[in-house]
Amino acid sequence: MRFKWDYDFIKISKYFYTFSIIITLLGILSLAIFGLNYGVDFRSGSNVDITASKSVTKEEIVPVLEEIGLAAEEPQISAGSDRISIRFPSVLNEEKESSLKASFNEKIDPEASFEVNTVDPEMAKELGRNAIYAVLLASLGIMIYVTIRFEWRFAVAAIVALLHDAFVVISIFSIFRLEVDLTFITAVLTIVGFSINDTIVVFDRIRENLRFSKIKTRTDLNEVVNRSISQTMTRSLYTTVTVFIASLFLFLLGGESIRMFSLAMVIGLVFGAYSSIFIASPLWAVLKGKQKPNHNNPSKTTP
Amino acid sequence: MKRIVSFILVVLVTVGVMAYTSPGLLKDIRLGLDLKGGFEILYEAQPLEAGQAVTRESLTQTAKSLEQRANALGTSEPEVTTEGTNRIRLRLAGVTDEVEVRSKMKEPAELTFRSAAEDDEPGTYSKIELRGNEFVENGASVVYNSLNEPMVDIQVKDKEKFAEITKRLQGQPLAIYLDDELLSAPKVGQTLTDGKAQITGSFTREEANELRDTINLGALPLKLTEKYSQSVGASLGQLSLEQTIKAGIIASIFILVFMISMYRIPGVVASFALITHTWLVLAIFYLGDFVLTLPGIAAFILGIGMAVDANIITYERIKEELRSGKSILSAVKSGERISFRTVMDSNITTIIAASVMFWLGTGSVRGFAIVLIIDIVTSILTNVFFSRFLLNLLVKANLIKKPSYFGVKESEIRAL
Repeated sequence: MRFKWDYDFIKISKYFYTFSIIITLLGILSLAIFGLNYGVDFRSGSNVDITASKSVTKEEIVPVLEEIGLAAEEPQISAGSDRISIRFPSVLNEEKESSLKASFNEKIDPEASFEVNTVDPEMAKELGRNAIYAVLLASLGIMIYVTIRFEWRFAVAAIVALLHDAFVVISIFSIFRLEVDLTFITAVLTIVGFSINDTIVVFDRIRENLRFSKIKTRTDLNEVVNRSISQTMTRSLYTTVTVFIASLFLFLLGGESIRMFSLAMVIGLVFGAYSSIFIASPLWAVLKGKQKPNHNNPSKTTP
Repeated sequence: MKRIVSFILVVLVTVGVMAYTSPGLLKDIRLGLDLKGGFEILYEAQPLEAGQAVTRESLTQTAKSLEQRANALGTSEPEVTTEGTNRIRLRLAGVTDEVEVRSKMKEPAELTFRSAAEDDEPGTYSKIELRGNEFVENGASVVYNSLNEPMVDIQVKDKEKFAEITKRLQGQPLAIYLDDELLSAPKVGQTLTDGKAQITGSFTREEANELRDTINLGALPLKLTEKYSQSVGASLGQLSLEQTIKAGIIASIFILVFMISMYRIPGVVASFALITHTWLVLAIFYLGDFVLTLPGIAAFILGIGMAVDANIITYERIKEELRSGKSILSAVKSGERISFRTVMDSNITTIIAASVMFWLGTGSVRGFAIVLIIDIVTSILTNVFFSRFLLNLLVKANLIKKPSYFGVKESEIRAL
């Protein structure tokens, strides 16, 4: 199988820029208005996930909570066929936790299995802060590496693309009110890793093609970028498809507790490939195009 | 001919080693609590009295006491680690009575000096004479007598009270208890008026040091508050494990079928390298005694996807070289050479991201980062070096004669 990808990627990239800007604006808007739907890892409180051996309705759970005095806190209850999730806005102490488990086992389902997560408010804030530091620091590290191995323009373009990817995933989670927990951070950081991975492959080809071409005009530059993208397109496509399918299986079949993680990965992967082609590469061309001409271009002298 | 033999040998040996070790590996890899059930608590430690600081020493001592308590409660393999300057993470698996364990863990242990009350059985002491907070902080030290036997010197705050006790109990034992456990029961030799005493007994050096530490730190030296807790039912953990492994196997089969259909013989080599990669990561987990958690498995499966990328980059490049009319040997050579840089660059940037995660992350994020790093490093070994080695053996043995073995059609090849 062989694909021909002789498009003018630079030319059509302006539509994608528009698309990305719209998503980003929507994301900012959604974050400003709704914020993120924080899971217990960030919001503090307790999160009780129950796997029951039969279908349980919300109506069955409420009396149990009332009896042990937990209904007053107005927990969020989502009851599925055999999976019940109860979120308490405040921290459930040990005593209440165990009486909840005991009475659920007694009144509703003796075979139920529980997963309880409790986070102290202070701890939650710290986790959130660390996550932001992690993304920024990872970006910085990557930027330094790319600047050393390539040049600063590649680094800037790559970082814009990866922050874009991370932000798009955050935006989508905000817009669709998907729950953000600790694994989400892991997913965002992995997306950052993937996004850069993909971008580097395209950039590497651009750098290689630059060696054998004489760049006189902006058109020459665009031509090199277009050629490089089309040369690496098959690889981008194959890799993205394989990893995408792997994540998709994880999302569909993997355990409940990594479902949001896999979803974030699935979305992030698509955008990782997209941004390498339609955001990072054209952006590099714009930056490079502004470079003062007549400079002794070192890339030309390399054999 | 020699190359064919070495190719077959390498493959057979690898398969043999994997087949021989895999059952053991899979059985003995340590699973995280999310996969086998149990609970995890993160404590924040605070000094018992305001104004004091949490020291490294007191934190370690507290962690040690927690571990002893967990052991005493009969939990299997309690895992207690200190984190940062004031945190202790406790992981317990297979706990049946969670409530009891949790409350036992947190209550401050108390060091007491006791004497025998009237109706005590021989060897037990119930009358509390002194409590842990009545000793001078850091006043205990280990000294040696003329026979070089270790003893513990202690100091009490209230000299008069101590003089009274020692006078009253002369010739009788004054027992030292940690909670309800008898540490030692030295006999009082004489009335001690200067508030100092020596605890003698047939201690080993280590026991003496421990006793000193316990006394100095006033038993459980720090107050613990639960900051984070996670408890997973055993059956739930089992379910997560099964689901995720099932997803992983299906994803892996898809990847292998994809590689073989796209790249034919090199695809088979890559698939073999991928299987070796999986085995190697498991082996490292086993040898390094790492704990496999759910996010870890996710990272593992994704890492396989990234390992595939290394092969795709290389093979796409070889295909390009073939299309430009090069011979198979030189196409493989130059394709591998040129793609090497790309593969390394893209892997190193991901390692940078993973290192940051490891550095800043805690708990599951950290676990994820470790798996990702191990995954990438082994991927470079297996999917870059090992798979190239195998492919080169095949090419040099002249077993891959046609470009179609790489998935390149004759019609695509440009004439030179």
